[in-house]
Amino acid sequence: MSGDASDGDAPAVSDADSRTTPDADSRPLPGEQPGPDERDHPEGRRNLEGIRIDPVVEAEHESRRAVISALVEDEPGVLARVSGLVSRRQFNIESLTVGPTTVDGHSRITMVVEETDPGIDQIEKQMAKLKPVISVGEVAGDAVISELVLLKVEADDPAAVHAVSEMYDGRTVDAGPETITVELTGDKANIDNAIGAFDRFGIVEIARTGPTALARGDTPTAPGEKPGTAGEPTTHDD
Amino acid sequence: MSDTAAQPRSDADESDDASADATATDEPTDPDEEQGAGPVSTGAESVVAALEAAGAKTAFGVQGGAIMPVYDALYDSSIRHVTMAHEQGASHAADAYGVVAGEPGLCMATSGPGATNLVTGIADADMDSDAMLALTGQVPTEFVGNDAFQETDTVGVTRPITKHNYFAGGADTVGDTVGEAFELSRAGRPGPTLVDLPKDVTQDETDRTPGPATPPAGTDPDPNADQEAVEEAARAIESAERPVCLFGGGVIKADASDEARTFARSYGIPVTTTMPGIGSFPEGDDLCLSWAGMHGTGYANLAITHTDCLIAVGTRFDDRLTGGIDTFAPEAEVIHVDIDPAEISKNVHADYPLIGDAGRVLDQLTAAVREGPDTEAWRERCAEWKETYPLTYATPDDEPLKPQFVVEAFDEATDDDTIVTTGVGQHQMWASQFWTYSEPRTWVSSHGLGTMGYGVPAAVGARVAADTMGEEDRDVVCFDGDGSFLMTMQELSVAVREELDITIAVLNNEYIGMVRQWQDAFYEGRHMASDYTWMPEFDKLAEAFGALGLRVDDYDEVAPAVEEALDYEGPAVVDFHVDPEENVLPMVPSGGANGKFAAAEDQL
Repeated sequence: MSGDASDGDAPAVSDADSRTTPDADSRPLPGEQPGPDERDHPEGRRNLEGIRIDPVVEAEHESRRAVISALVEDEPGVLARVSGLVSRRQFNIESLTVGPTTVDGHSRITMVVEETDPGIDQIEKQMAKLKPVISVGEVAGDAVISELVLLKVEADDPAAVHAVSEMYDGRTVDAGPETITVELTGDKANIDNAIGAFDRFGIVEIARTGPTALARGDTPTAPGEKPGTAGEPTTHDD
Repeated sequence: MSDTAAQPRSDADESDDASADATATDEPTDPDEEQGAGPVSTGAESVVAALEAAGAKTAFGVQGGAIMPVYDALYDSSIRHVTMAHEQGASHAADAYGVVAGEPGLCMATSGPGATNLVTGIADADMDSDAMLALTGQVPTEFVGNDAFQETDTVGVTRPITKHNYFAGGADTVGDTVGEAFELSRAGRPGPTLVDLPKDVTQDETDRTPGPATPPAGTDPDPNADQEAVEEAARAIESAERPVCLFGGGVIKADASDEARTFARSYGIPVTTTMPGIGSFPEGDDLCLSWAGMHGTGYANLAITHTDCLIAVGTRFDDRLTGGIDTFAPEAEVIHVDIDPAEISKNVHADYPLIGDAGRVLDQLTAAVREGPDTEAWRERCAEWKETYPLTYATPDDEPLKPQFVVEAFDEATDDDTIVTTGVGQHQMWASQFWTYSEPRTWVSSHGLGTMGYGVPAAVGARVAADTMGEEDRDVVCFDGDGSFLMTMQELSVAVREELDITIAVLNNEYIGMVRQWQDAFYEGRHMASDYTWMPEFDKLAEAFGALGLRVDDYDEVAPAVEEALDYEGPAVVDFHVDPEENVLPMVPSGGANGKFAAAEDQL
């Protein structure tokens, strides 16, 4: 099936008797094929998220803050699986909290992330693939979101510290001759403001839990979540 | 873990046997095979009973201290154990076995270095979504965390590269854990799973027979796509002017090649594949444009660049396929069929996501399309591209033997059911470009991870799989590079010991050639650490192992060597000394536009 050497000014192709020339000889050689500049190319483009750019509507996504709640089986390593997933895929994570739920052997993980809509979608889908994750979803914007912070300030002016603490519904949980520790809860803005107000006393140390959240009303916080007790596990959400 | 009571005998599902035309052979079948597990007395026996009940026939592994109880329990088992020279070989062999047999591969290693040596093969299976179960020994539970002898946090190390991994908790439950891990590896989107087995767990006594193995709740998704979504996608297909199918590795994993062929042929839609999708559609077919991507055919890349309707099935749009995302099928409505919802719109936005099993969804689509699109003009355009940009190479007199010629010579000398395995590099590209694939599970390679050294152990695994399926007459050809061969050639000793009939063709260019090609293109020809002139004589090495060793330097020696190597009943190595300057073309530079592939070196 060997063809003759192609004509044109391509590299010479052997006809030596001593060799079986491959079928390739009848094909145009690489050098004879039109180059990139000699071909038609489509006008269209996709953006970074792989979405076709509509010339009319530029589909660029802004990052936004989202609270993601996941119901997980409380098995060893579950937190490592979730945090490993987040770091491995370079998701922009602000905080992660974890604690028990109404069901024995289940925990709730609450994550705050700063991502584009496709990024948030991808976090939910990748988390849903982890075996111990029962259910995961973004908590609606009007959810109850709260954070706890412990704030240790210098005790030079206890009365003033107490007054500021009252202003922000705080509670003094430790007081000594050198320092006073106040416990505050609230949403991010509220706590940031409080910390700003305590600043003038000289903040020694801060410990913050990161936000945790519940959906309002009878909306389940994680999709398909039901109240349960031990021996009556919530169902897997397919 | 499910808390089922002990079940003395359960009828496990009959897993699909070998292909329909497999001849009935007189291979001894164990009467207990595919039945429930038999009585056990230790955790290790429970592990083996669970594997037998799940239908595992073959294991690849290396002995060692912490895994010894499991090996001891294998002594009287129907499971064939193939001792490998290195644990990496075990994981690659198990991976390839799974690809060819269509069932999870099984590999085993001891704790510490045994487990860490498996890691590359596990990561490889993870990237290519291959079903595989790895069993690793572990130090006794009481020593875990103490930095004991041969202790590694195997569960921690393999967490990012497994679908899921387990730390076995006790002798009573370990059988159920292993059964679940085996089933999970093939449920939904396949992938590797691992069970870490502390030595006390496998040594402890138990009389608890493992129950029937099932994947964990929620991991076996609905195979059917939403019918309404299917209808919408069908309308998009009907109104397309330039539709193209893109069949990925998922088509092969779902055993959906028949459905894929029916769909494309029913509506005359041109077909491209991804590299893992090679074999899903016959490359000799007029509709087939072969595979797209960095070194795919020019015509496949032009078709997916100019399409207005991309029907992508079982592909995750790897960057090696898409090139720069901004120029990937930029004017196409994308119909994306995948079993894993997380792949939808991960890299390329799906206008029509169809979540389900490739075969089922293709059937749904075939049924839903009322009238196929008019593709005549589009097919003509594709045919023109095919004529203008064929895969080709020159064979000038004054240049050494061309590697592409060697691939074509083997292709001509073998049947369509021949299994090809490869390492990674230039030789892998030539093996996929210049061989005409027509059947699924005949192309066995490392795609996502790009693991040099995959070829030889994969040939061992593929050969064992074919023999196990009663297909001893199929050829297994491994195309390897000199660099790849040097990495795992110790597995040749296994092929000699087991008398495995494999042919290894080393396309030896005394370079780590793909790196050399990039250095020439992008690093001013500075050949830093890519020059492999220090290679040993592979034909003599093969003889030292007890295999047939041949050396080929010129065209007229190719055909006789190919014939001799294929005829040889056992492992044969042919060291082909090929042109060290030969480059892989066409080429889409990293992140470039597929449509702007370089057809010749001076276009790079």
